[in-house]
Amino acid sequence: MRKTWWKIIGVALVFYTLIAGMLMDAPRLAILNETIRAMHFHVPMWFGMVIMLTASAVFSIRYLRTGNQKFDTYAIELVNTSILFGILGLTTGMIWANYTWGAPWSGDPKQNASAIGMLIYFAYILLRNSITDPQQKAKIGAVYNIFAYATLIPLLFILPRLTDSLHPGNGGNPGFNAYELDGRLRMVFYPAVIGWTLLGVWLTELRIRLSFIKSKIDEED
Amino acid sequence: MMSLGLSAQKTEIVEEDYANDRIEMADSMRADGKIYVLVAIIVTLFVGFTLYAIMTERKVKKLEKSLKERE
Repeated sequence: MRKTWWKIIGVALVFYTLIAGMLMDAPRLAILNETIRAMHFHVPMWFGMVIMLTASAVFSIRYLRTGNQKFDTYAIELVNTSILFGILGLTTGMIWANYTWGAPWSGDPKQNASAIGMLIYFAYILLRNSITDPQQKAKIGAVYNIFAYATLIPLLFILPRLTDSLHPGNGGNPGFNAYELDGRLRMVFYPAVIGWTLLGVWLTELRIRLSFIKSKIDEED
Repeated sequence: MMSLGLSAQKTEIVEEDYANDRIEMADSMRADGKIYVLVAIIVTLFVGFTLYAIMTERKVKKLEKSLKERE
């Protein structure tokens, strides 16, 4: 995991999407105008978050099965970075919404669901911080993390589809239709998702290494 | 057409969407090259953050090495 190649790919991909996202032709759509380009930045935050939270839940399961502390470290640091991505996703979404939906918060089901999801993971951090014994912290944390993930998925992917939503791809509504991504948008969007996710993993890896260093130093004292 | 809409609720993005005149876009910004100013700013920000990340990575590597040597 100390390897550099995937970090370079992540940086290169995001660089590409920063430039291409601004310079490539974008479909001229009503209401959105140029902000359609925000899709290449706002949406990868959420994709990246979900990918990392999936990995986090898997590591929590592995921790419970093996008792190996390092899995718990992986799990918590993935959650930390995911929370960063989630907050950035929410704020960029609010900026985008302010100029396209008319207000930063519209009570849209996906907005509400992602806010609730973030609160659930904030509670995970609080829970861990409230326990001092490291083994207890890890065990209880792992169980909560798995439940948190199991709640997040229906919140983000199922609930918004059951009702009217402003977000594209969920529900139907008169003012703002869902747009099928076309080939040209995909050329920037998919690399953006991969690039930002790789950057998120890099951030997480740095935090994990720092955590290991800290525990080594604590041991020696 | 460029894409297939599988669900009744999705609208296709069509070739015409790239070429129509009715929707305002930042065409003048592109015409006088100002869009490149925007790109330059964004790229600069990102280069800055990348360099910072690389510096941090090096610091962590050094710490790990010195811990290993202590053992």
